[in-house]
Amino acid sequence: MDALPLLIAATLNAGTVLALAALGLLINERAGVVNLGAEGLMLMGAIAGFAAALHSGSDGVAFVAGAAAGGAFAAIFGLLVVYLSTNQYATGLALSLFGAGLSAFVGVGYVQGKLGERPQFALPWLADLPFIGPALFRQHPMVYGAIALTAALAWFLYRSRAGLVLRAVGESPESAHALGYPVRRIRLAAVVAGGALCGLAGAYVSVVYTPLWVEGMVAGKGWIALALTTFATWRPARVLLGAYLFGGVTMLQFHLQGQGVDVPNQFLGMLPYLATIVVLVLISSNAAWVKANMPASLGKPFSPNN
Amino acid sequence: MFKLEPRTQPSRRLSWASPVLALALTVLIGVALFVLLGKDPLRGLQMFFVEPLKSAYALSELSIKATPLILIALGLAVCFRANVWNIGAEGQFVMGALGASWVALQSGVEGTLFGGWGGAIVLPILVAGVFGGMAWAGLVALLRDRFNANEILVSLMLVYVAIMLLGYLVFGPWRDPGGFNFPQSITFAADTQLPRLVAGLRAHVGSLLALVAVGLLWVFLFRSYRGFALQVGGWAPAAARYAGFSSRSALWLSLLLSGGLAGLAGALEAIGPLGQLTLYVPVGYGFAAIIVAYVGRLHPVGIVFSGVLMSMFYIGGELAQSRMGLPKSLTGVFQGLLLFSLLACDVLVNFRVRWVRSKAPSPQPSPASFPKDGRGGNTRSA
Repeated sequence: MDALPLLIAATLNAGTVLALAALGLLINERAGVVNLGAEGLMLMGAIAGFAAALHSGSDGVAFVAGAAAGGAFAAIFGLLVVYLSTNQYATGLALSLFGAGLSAFVGVGYVQGKLGERPQFALPWLADLPFIGPALFRQHPMVYGAIALTAALAWFLYRSRAGLVLRAVGESPESAHALGYPVRRIRLAAVVAGGALCGLAGAYVSVVYTPLWVEGMVAGKGWIALALTTFATWRPARVLLGAYLFGGVTMLQFHLQGQGVDVPNQFLGMLPYLATIVVLVLISSNAAWVKANMPASLGKPFSPNN
Repeated sequence: MFKLEPRTQPSRRLSWASPVLALALTVLIGVALFVLLGKDPLRGLQMFFVEPLKSAYALSELSIKATPLILIALGLAVCFRANVWNIGAEGQFVMGALGASWVALQSGVEGTLFGGWGGAIVLPILVAGVFGGMAWAGLVALLRDRFNANEILVSLMLVYVAIMLLGYLVFGPWRDPGGFNFPQSITFAADTQLPRLVAGLRAHVGSLLALVAVGLLWVFLFRSYRGFALQVGGWAPAAARYAGFSSRSALWLSLLLSGGLAGLAGALEAIGPLGQLTLYVPVGYGFAAIIVAYVGRLHPVGIVFSGVLMSMFYIGGELAQSRMGLPKSLTGVFQGLLLFSLLACDVLVNFRVRWVRSKAPSPQPSPASFPKDGRGGNTRSA
């Protein structure tokens, strides 16, 4: 009976990582840019966040550092794909490979680093409720932050003028340009904002989720986040739900191990990756549906000169 | 201010100059990095560009690293030319090593399929490697073909699955019972060893296989009908459809080819330098080969050069660690930098850079000067 609330709590925790990154990628893709560099950005955010947390002792500073690192490296990617019209896939891959290399290089001295005692969080009164208290109300503030961010992003995209412009840039950059909007500047801004969220997600991994730094520790979460935007047909609320679903799958392996299920743990470890493939297959097999929801200019460069 | 002007045709000359330029840029950043770290940059460059070429031993080690990189990159070049984004070569490489090991572990064991093959067992080992890689890439093709699932994500997810499978095997059924519980298989029997090129050095016939593959791929890409059809599909899907070239066969062909080559590389790695199965089979060749393919201009001959260059990065990183006390991950930094620089330099292939005096009046109103409230929608810029 005690295991279930803990499983739910762990699911929310793991889902938050994916949600933050996937919401960032959602902003990118709504503006028409695919960023395959998410994994690299998360790694850069993870090492920047971990280093900042180690030196400052503050989660807040760590999150700012992670987001700044993610935003800065995304800006390099953005300048290349938006202003120089380089291939988005190739440039994103470059960012992923570079991020993996650079984070490992910078992080060598931090591998043994230990963060101080992690604070316990509990919302007053609510945390003491039976069952739902430990399941929902003893989370790191960032977990609620991700939920708030989802709501804010949904409002921004569908209720604000700026969000409308962002979507227009992703659907039809030519029209947005003809209306006088600076398409490339908007795309760059979207890329930087998305990168900052990926970096923030990375910092959450190294500071809260598994408070330590190891080379390559993001372990494919950036790629799963990329898949999530497709699963969610580019809707913020669905991204959040999908993130929790995948967080649950990730946590299920530890839960099953704890229950003494007799399956080699490597097979349990495959679960999140296999689940990604299965869901991807299920969603993609309805090609028309995906196409109807996908930002129309996704992955296509835009240059105002032609 | 400078302005980019699109060229009517991509410049062929610059297309080959761009990788050289990118390398120069990477070296420059590298020198800056060495200075920043308080190390002698000349000594640093020596580790990367002189030491790996200095002796027969060094060249042999270089060939050991270049062989898998070139094999994998050849396959990826075909994929990228066909606009098929296989980025899971690392997983196909691991599966090749697993397939090869399955055969290699039977060497000299009574009652097994390949137990009595003696030295000829190398052949089925390599074939099993090719099949292992093909199976993994074929899965990607199947899911893409039947269910429209994005090949980037599927091939990448399968990398993690393959690595987990390797972990299961070396921790479980294939673990060496006399190996003090280390996660590794037994050392493969002597019969499985690849013929060496020179006595006393590790360089093996796999390097020759890679060169043969370079020749075959060149013929396939530039002298065969199927190779041509496949590339048209990548460049101009509409034209390919009009010509009746099947995009499905291009998908399957390019993925099976690249999976097979990555699998072959994995098999050579398993029975060549490794000689047993350990957790250290995946060392990132599958990802580095993406860079090799691009820097080599997706051209078989270019890939030989870029494969050797990337191997120098690997060996240089190891030397910088042992002799200069720098982290080995320097290799990854330089690899990523090289690809970034290449993509930036490639802009010159498609665009001409024009210097424009900033005071000169712009002939057209800039789009930003239009009213932003949307009412300017009817204004045409021309």
